[in-house]
Amino acid sequence: MAGAVGRSVRRKEDHRLLTGRGKYAADFRLPGMLHAAVLRSPHAHASLGAIRTKAALTLPGVVAVVTAEDLGAIGRIPVRLGQRPSATAIACLQPPLAREKVRYVGEPMAVVLAESRYLAEDALDLLDVDYDPLPPVADARRAVERGSPVLHEAIDSNVVDTLHTHRGDARAALAAARHRVGERFTIQRHTGVPLETRGLTAAYESGSGVLRLWGVAKVPHFNRRVLADLLGHPEHLIHFIELEVGGGFGVRGEFYPEDLVVPWAARRFGRPVQWIEDRREHLMATNHSRQQYHDIEIGFDADGRIVALLDRFMVDMGAYIRTHGVTVPELTAALLPGPYRIPHYLSEIRCVLTNKTPSGTYRGPGRFECTFVRERLLDIAAQRLGLDPLELRRRNFVAPAEMPYEVGSGSLNQKTVYDCGDYRSALDRALEAVGYEAARAEQAEARRGGRLIGIGVACLVEKAGLGPWEYARVEVDGTGHVVVYSGIAAVGQGIETTLAQVTADELNVSPEAITVVHGDSAQVPFGVGGFASRGAAVALPAAVEAARKVRAKIVRVAASLLEAAAEDLVLEGGAVHVRGLPDRRVTFRELARAAVPGPPGMEPGLYATHFFEAPKMTYPYGTHVAVVEVDPDTGGVRLLKYAIAYDIGRAVNPMIVDGQLVGALAQGIGGALFEELVYDAQGQPLATTFMDYLIPTAMEMPAATEVRILEETPTPLNPLGVKGVGEGGSSGCGGAIANAVADALAPLGVGITALPLSPDRLLALIRSRAEPAPGPGLLDRS
Amino acid sequence: MIERAIRVTVNGRTYERTVEARKTLADFLRDDLELTGTHLGCEHGVCGACTIALDGAAVRSCLLFAAQVHGCEIQTVEGLAEGDRLNPLQEAFREHHGLQCGFCTPGLLMTLTCFLRECPDPSEAQIRETIAGNLCRCTGYRNIVAATRAAAATVRR
Repeated sequence: MAGAVGRSVRRKEDHRLLTGRGKYAADFRLPGMLHAAVLRSPHAHASLGAIRTKAALTLPGVVAVVTAEDLGAIGRIPVRLGQRPSATAIACLQPPLAREKVRYVGEPMAVVLAESRYLAEDALDLLDVDYDPLPPVADARRAVERGSPVLHEAIDSNVVDTLHTHRGDARAALAAARHRVGERFTIQRHTGVPLETRGLTAAYESGSGVLRLWGVAKVPHFNRRVLADLLGHPEHLIHFIELEVGGGFGVRGEFYPEDLVVPWAARRFGRPVQWIEDRREHLMATNHSRQQYHDIEIGFDADGRIVALLDRFMVDMGAYIRTHGVTVPELTAALLPGPYRIPHYLSEIRCVLTNKTPSGTYRGPGRFECTFVRERLLDIAAQRLGLDPLELRRRNFVAPAEMPYEVGSGSLNQKTVYDCGDYRSALDRALEAVGYEAARAEQAEARRGGRLIGIGVACLVEKAGLGPWEYARVEVDGTGHVVVYSGIAAVGQGIETTLAQVTADELNVSPEAITVVHGDSAQVPFGVGGFASRGAAVALPAAVEAARKVRAKIVRVAASLLEAAAEDLVLEGGAVHVRGLPDRRVTFRELARAAVPGPPGMEPGLYATHFFEAPKMTYPYGTHVAVVEVDPDTGGVRLLKYAIAYDIGRAVNPMIVDGQLVGALAQGIGGALFEELVYDAQGQPLATTFMDYLIPTAMEMPAATEVRILEETPTPLNPLGVKGVGEGGSSGCGGAIANAVADALAPLGVGITALPLSPDRLLALIRSRAEPAPGPGLLDRS
Repeated sequence: MIERAIRVTVNGRTYERTVEARKTLADFLRDDLELTGTHLGCEHGVCGACTIALDGAAVRSCLLFAAQVHGCEIQTVEGLAEGDRLNPLQEAFREHHGLQCGFCTPGLLMTLTCFLRECPDPSEAQIRETIAGNLCRCTGYRNIVAATRAAAATVRR
């Protein structure tokens, strides 16, 4: 039974999910429940006049229409993650329902409550709204120009924040550098898009005053506090309950406007209210991400060693500052140096507002972006310097002996300090996995036959294990069952299974026999949540420590019952016996009952809590290698082979780790090749269905995928040595695939500096080399 | 409000209900019959999460009206296991880690159930083509393909 950690234990979650018994947000029902539908702005930028509700309210089955006026003095949605947002950022926070002005298509203006969702949507058509359209600005590059429309009158520009990172003197070092290579890169707007849209049910018990919410996700305890503050409702009278969560990826579970309006309406109207987002709403209401414009320069000495990096970039924040504040821009700059020694580093970021959906984090926030920029830049530099791109990387890696390594940047209120790592080894393992030498030989052969095959590498450093802490309580109940209560939130990653595994090993029981409880504020009083690859590195250690305390109590009670010395006792199979005397034995059931009040001096009960504090993040790392073929006639990219080598210190469940990496790879491929939240120049979103927003299917995945889970450098920051694996499978994709496509197109002289590498864009690039300059495209993409 | 009376067999049980003419089959299954294992991921026929077996064929229940299935036989994800015992396809999904958040899983299981009846020994390419109409945002599909091959082999034995 011992040794559950490190084994591919099958998941505890699967049985219910495979039989249709899992209950997701939209599967939850309460008697007398009302259904909400949201009226959203059709304009990117407009003054908002009267919202006339009379016709809608006369429709049978319509109960109420809620507007900003009804909400009264309720405040705007605050920033999370312990940031100290600037005054300008605070001035641009989003109100739950629009007042006076709408700033993006999809902004909520009113909410209809009706007896069915069908009726609620009928009523939306009967709401009559006065708008006075204003000129929109949909492109961040235009939004910073003098004379552009300003979104928020409270600040006199669309630049909501400017952030700087300094290490050394990058300008002087660049001026003195032997070689300088500069380039501009852009990353398109795209986002997490979980298969389950958002949704929420709220009910108010007027007798007890308890306001209950089902369908919460990601950061339930934090959001409960936000809701308490916004509603002026006591926190202890708000009960949050997580149901199954159909994917998170950073976007789901943040506090959105609907998360205020739905419980407000349940309390105001005294009936349960359910709101389920539809896909069209999701693509314009839920956080977008990733849109950035970089202007970067790197300097090298005569030996190809990096002397300086200077990056000025803009991040398109959308129309409001949401719960992540400026975390994504900050993370981009924090991890831009990646696995390389960069003595002089300067970044200047402008966070720019545009008339588009507000943005937040998406799996690997900032790292997908910065890895693309840095790794593409290195390949371009290698070519200019006449060096092999792998050799250029090897010359510049931070060495294992330099750990812990201070990068000179920071994010989330801490300095970026790499805890451990062997970056060269990860590169070698990835090359080995892909069969690099053979792939190069095949490429040369294919080129002779006129085929465009390319190989691209991206080395990356991720971050994981964000604190500040996580809570766990381990208990042996009165029937001898072991229960783990964790402050983590599940987003489909299998955290119930891994929590059971680590606890099982401490108490020497089978993980199958352990129950895991999370996401219920009444059963788990404290928690931070499920994001930032923090489950394995923060929630699991909390459970381990709590289980160790319970183990000590078990031994103490057993020693007293068995009249034996603690060191002679053996825990096995849910019982304790005296070593060598299997008949002198008490079960967990007997021990749990005897533990109240238990031996003198012991706190009664076979349970213990632990807050695992994680003041420093851990930094997993790895290498992606892509082998692609480009069809010059269609611009289509086929992924022939893909390899990821990724060091996570220790794999608690290799099956789950592998699944995280391959799943993240699919999302990263989407970001590199297909996914784009296109807007026209008027700020109208053009990708509001799955016909326009293209998620990879089984057909777009690589023909061969090789994953190498590395456990070469366990982190010293937690007792398990684990880092985190949620994001590294995505963050290298933009870089590796872009480098591979650039390599494939090298014979044509085509340069790659923008994502996504969709067929239309690649074809335009290929043709621009073959023909005179092309005319303007059909769409002015912003 | 236009209504229709329908009789439909779902997972072996026959239901007679009156439904609003505009109600989708997915909403009928989920709301009227409380079979919430069939999920809605897009409601415009792309994601495949709502796939069910209609007279043995995999169809998207978000694109049909309940009134259209009068007299038909339907199988949903709730009809796959025997009591608590997973069927070979479900078991293979668990064994091969073919699901993470599980939201797309019912649609994939139903697509593959219909497919494996007609193609008991599929190649990897056939499986990939078959599930190309089911979006999964978590797994990257590789383990779904592996699970399907394993399930097919189990059933053939």
